[in-house]
Amino acid sequence: MTGPDAPRTTTAPHPRGRRRPRGAGRVPAALLLPALLGLAFLVLPLLGLLVRAPWRSLPALLTGPEVWQALKLSLLSATLATGVSLLLGVPLAWLLARTEFPGRRLVRALVTLPLVLPPVVGGVALLLVLGRNGVLGRWLDAWTGVTLPFTTTGVVVAEAFVAMPFLVISVEGALRAADPRYEEAAATLGASRLTAFRRVTLPLVAPGIGAGAVLAWARALGEFGATITFAGNFPGRTQTMPLAVYLAMESDPEAAIALSLVLLTVSVAVLAGLRDRWMSTP
Amino acid sequence: MKPSEAAPDARPALDARLTVSRGAFTLDVPLSAEPGEVLALLGPNGAGKSTALRALAGLLPLSDGHLRLDGAPLDSPADGLFRPAEQRPIGVVFQDYLLFPHLSALDNVAFGLRTRGLRRAAARAEALPWLERMGLAEHAGRRPAKLSGGQAQRVALARALAVRPRLLLLDEPLAALDARTRLDVRAELRHRLAEFEAVAVLVTHDPLDAMVLADRLVVIEGGRVVQSGRPAEVARHPRTDYIARLVGLNLYQGTADGRRVTLPEGQVLATDEDLTGPAFVAFPPDAVTLHRHRPETSARNLFPCTVAGLDLHGDRFRVDLTGPLPLAADLTPTAAADLDLTPGTRVWAAVKATQTHAYPA
Repeated sequence: MTGPDAPRTTTAPHPRGRRRPRGAGRVPAALLLPALLGLAFLVLPLLGLLVRAPWRSLPALLTGPEVWQALKLSLLSATLATGVSLLLGVPLAWLLARTEFPGRRLVRALVTLPLVLPPVVGGVALLLVLGRNGVLGRWLDAWTGVTLPFTTTGVVVAEAFVAMPFLVISVEGALRAADPRYEEAAATLGASRLTAFRRVTLPLVAPGIGAGAVLAWARALGEFGATITFAGNFPGRTQTMPLAVYLAMESDPEAAIALSLVLLTVSVAVLAGLRDRWMSTP
Repeated sequence: MKPSEAAPDARPALDARLTVSRGAFTLDVPLSAEPGEVLALLGPNGAGKSTALRALAGLLPLSDGHLRLDGAPLDSPADGLFRPAEQRPIGVVFQDYLLFPHLSALDNVAFGLRTRGLRRAAARAEALPWLERMGLAEHAGRRPAKLSGGQAQRVALARALAVRPRLLLLDEPLAALDARTRLDVRAELRHRLAEFEAVAVLVTHDPLDAMVLADRLVVIEGGRVVQSGRPAEVARHPRTDYIARLVGLNLYQGTADGRRVTLPEGQVLATDEDLTGPAFVAFPPDAVTLHRHRPETSARNLFPCTVAGLDLHGDRFRVDLTGPLPLAADLTPTAAADLDLTPGTRVWAAVKATQTHAYPA
């Protein structure tokens, strides 16, 4: 234990060894080649989409009523699914980040399971639980007359199931990075835990919540497997853009390309928005 | 100025025995203070100061002991009673202030008033005078990131005081400031604390902050109180080597006029800083040289003194001197032997003006 007025020792004033000038190192070909190949693998298919796009007939294809229907449904359901994810996911993330309870690690693993679970499996599972004869669906049907499968609400449920983990992970990370002592400061000023959460924690992690919401929204927009399994493929009711793309590939490949272009545009816009607004801030 | 709100049963306003066990470490610190009193918990890192502060704030429950404020129990493990921070009439100034980064200075100060049920406009109206008092009215709309260290410290103090706490807690309130700002803020904080009508507890590892700001020091080492008392008393009669090194400081308050500071009893100290008005003068005990006969010296401060006591602390003798002003001097054992010092010995004490530090009070 040293006194406060003990002399300060400076440690390692100069780094040992010579410093490598910046950018001077040569990149080994064994790394460069596969790296470039990997880049091409990721980018070329998207370029192909642009090259083979039927630009001339595009306006006609995109203004067709089916496309509008699918796009509208996709935007609506993805947005609703994001809303549901926010409503349930933010408190869940808070619970995981700020409280200690037995089995917390297990709960965390369960929450992230849909991230790695094949979406089709998720759809089957949803059907078994929320289907008309499902474990919970039976009661839901008997008590409220509501059935979820093969409805637009079912689309929202399927998308939220797949998308919410992205939001939870993102918000939990933001909460862990946020200094919990701000909540202590709020407590010393008379704020209950809920007030501190509302007036201090939420604003502090708003960028993380925003990033998580965008990720969840993008994931919901592209959702295919769980949606088609749980909600089916009814134009105007449950047929979202990805489903429309898949179906169009069989009948009208040009329409499929056109629809894909729309989704690609949305994805690029989301990525650009993410980078500028959120990815740069810690 | 200091309302006597002593409880009818004559218990002190702050009445605590803070016992916190954490693994191998145990904090066991009795504390008591009257309204208007400023208490400083002084000790090295890891001594348990912050733990004590957190226990007082209600951010950490006691393992044993008790905590009462103005007669009301806040924590009493024996009765299973614990009032968390949000239910205590406290104000806390954190070491790095913890101003809410997303709120303006004004809304930071208004925060505690809002949680007490005031509407936004009313809370702001009540918060503004606090910023004005701190000379920060024109910065009310600024975010904490746009405030200087000294300004942020004052906003943090205003935020803590705005809820009119019965117990003000300050955690290393000056540690985050640079040396120059520190002088000003320390002087200002001193005035604020002097005005404050309830109990204030200050945690610091800086003996100068503690001696300037506090009415009473409580020195903590390894979770225990090793000494407590008025700052000058502790400085002149350190009970352990650690305290002798830590609070080895001669500190006087007087009125400065250029490079001279006149003490209330009329003695004059020559200093190296050009100041006017109320001022402190401080110098370490090893800046004092002792002589059996009046020396021919360039030292500007020369006082005839009498040795009152002599203690060996580590490799130094701490000599307690009385005379025109109380003094502590540190000598090597050889020097002490050469001078043949015993209680009652009359000596001359010399201090160079360049070895003193004067700063506004």
